[in-house]
Amino acid sequence: MSITIYVPCDSSAVSIGADRVAKAISKEAEKRNITIQLIRNGSRGLYWLEPLVEVLTEEGRKAYGPVQAADVASLFDANFTEGGAHPLYLGLTEELDYLKKQQRLTFARIGITDPVSLEDYIKLDGYKGLSNALNQSQGEIVKAVTDSGLRGRGGAAFPTGIKWNTVLNTPSEQKYIICNADEGDSGTFSDRMVMESDPFVLIEGMTIAGIAVGATQGYIYLRVEYPHAHIALNTAIQKAYEAGYLGDDIQGSGKAFHLEVRLGAGAYVCGEETSLMESLEGKRGLVRFKPPLPAISGLFGKPTVVNNVISLASVPIILDKGGDYYRDFGMGRSRGTLPLQLAGNIKHAGLVELAFGATLRELLYDFGGGSASGRPIKAVQVGGPLGAYLPESQFDTPLDYEAFAANWTVLGHGGVVVFDDTANMAELARYNMEFCAIESCGKCTPCRIGSTRGYEVMDDIIAGKELGRNIPLLRDLCNTLLNGSLCALGGMTPYPVLSALNHFPEDFGLNEKVNAA
Amino acid sequence: MTESTTIQAALQTIITALKDKPGALLPILHAVQDELGYVPVDSVPTIAKALNLSRAEVHGVISFYHYFRDTPPGKQTIHVCRAESCQAMGGKHLEKHIKESLGIDYHETTQDGKFSLEPVYCLGNCACSPAIQIDHDVYGRVSTDTFDRIINETEELA
Repeated sequence: MSITIYVPCDSSAVSIGADRVAKAISKEAEKRNITIQLIRNGSRGLYWLEPLVEVLTEEGRKAYGPVQAADVASLFDANFTEGGAHPLYLGLTEELDYLKKQQRLTFARIGITDPVSLEDYIKLDGYKGLSNALNQSQGEIVKAVTDSGLRGRGGAAFPTGIKWNTVLNTPSEQKYIICNADEGDSGTFSDRMVMESDPFVLIEGMTIAGIAVGATQGYIYLRVEYPHAHIALNTAIQKAYEAGYLGDDIQGSGKAFHLEVRLGAGAYVCGEETSLMESLEGKRGLVRFKPPLPAISGLFGKPTVVNNVISLASVPIILDKGGDYYRDFGMGRSRGTLPLQLAGNIKHAGLVELAFGATLRELLYDFGGGSASGRPIKAVQVGGPLGAYLPESQFDTPLDYEAFAANWTVLGHGGVVVFDDTANMAELARYNMEFCAIESCGKCTPCRIGSTRGYEVMDDIIAGKELGRNIPLLRDLCNTLLNGSLCALGGMTPYPVLSALNHFPEDFGLNEKVNAA
Repeated sequence: MTESTTIQAALQTIITALKDKPGALLPILHAVQDELGYVPVDSVPTIAKALNLSRAEVHGVISFYHYFRDTPPGKQTIHVCRAESCQAMGGKHLEKHIKESLGIDYHETTQDGKFSLEPVYCLGNCACSPAIQIDHDVYGRVSTDTFDRIINETEELA
């Protein structure tokens, strides 16, 4: 049997040495006269074990990690090419608890193969969803997505099927599919992983969306901070064109769908769908008033589906296995799975795809293994920079859109950033206001002016100045932002700020717990 | 050729290739910045004319987006992530160290023209915080020591 070794090409794995490890393995193999096939796969998402090197054996793929270039010689000494024992040996990859306990639907293929191999994609059930879609009517495709209960994974959790249905039923000679890949939410990286490790699934999802609603042009609006994803997407798109999965006649169906990647330019607000469309049109990313809804008058004034990467990447499995299959995962009105991203001060940081319904505590301790520093976890910010901080008393909240909303918290895009007890929540609240000021598009006054006044007030609070006056002022300001902003940037910045104040008043110089806003 | 004619020549090639795309302005600005390292103020009238926009509109777009710059960057640009996950793993300490060791603040370039420093709000490397990016290369779990080592290696290569 020839020797097959996998070293991830995922940008996070590369950021901690995967390229150096790959090079060292090739060099060492050459030196020892061993012929190997080195495959640069995506990441499995077990980042604390990255760079995670896998070797194909008769029993399955065996994992070693975290491997540094300096470990490579000793791995060869230990005969790792045949799965030999070594201090970094972890066991069969598929049997690793962290991976085994997950329900990977959207991430089913991620980390297994070379991300831009169309052959591998098809071998691993790729394009089955599209092939089913091509045999269905537009209404049937939309119904499958509606039946699956899929809701927008970008954060707003709007039912995807309803959005598609609106676009389907709005007559127009031109319609568009936009993939919102401006994953600006700090603490999140699931979109990046999909685009780097399984770009074809996104292309397939967008193609299905295009056929379903009658759109022939798609755009992936990708943030400029993701150069690796840019390369992977462009390579995959080119291959899809060459193989007839994109173009004027998709797989001989007579249906057309074209796809292009467009780069953002470092503006967080362009993750807001109307601002994103302004940006795609070549303008400043100013938020638009709604209505009209983008589904009726979107990009260049045409009916437009705007969906997040994860929403679109979940479509192929729904069309492959049926809406019911997907819907049977989850709880309440949150159906299917959510890829959660464990980050910050956590021992086992990584990607955890779970059916809705597990608790935050399970995620933090069963998967995450507690804080990286070994100190107690003080707070967890869920849902990106506009998400609330949850104190320990809320860790039993089930991961479900409605359960989170009932706590005045948000699940958002599934980012989970952990802080230990050295974190100062007033400093974080100041940062949240500052971030809003830096990223505000400037169209509405509460966000544009309120955010700047917000961090100024926070500076005074941190300095201990006139708390009796400044704390009510901060609340008042948050109230204005909350109710008067045009979009979620200004409208939700009060979530982290007020949750920090309400749950950790001592960090704001107050003695007792204050009432919730 | 003078610098300004080089710029105009590069501009013309880019504009010809991209101007007919729907919403062509951002792709053009990206191409210009990829080619020249920045979007020169002199390029604004040419781009505006080609796209039938006012100079104010083009300037407005350039100044709206953090990524576009109208001054030449240093030989290498260091992006430091300021976001929450990196803060939770000592990012503020690293940020301070980087500013002190380069002797510059954000949006500045070192005197010798080697490095520009920019903040970034998430590199999507949150499972390996704190993170920085030097040109297109992302580095994770960066300590003050690893930063010093990376910079030394980069300087040796330069």
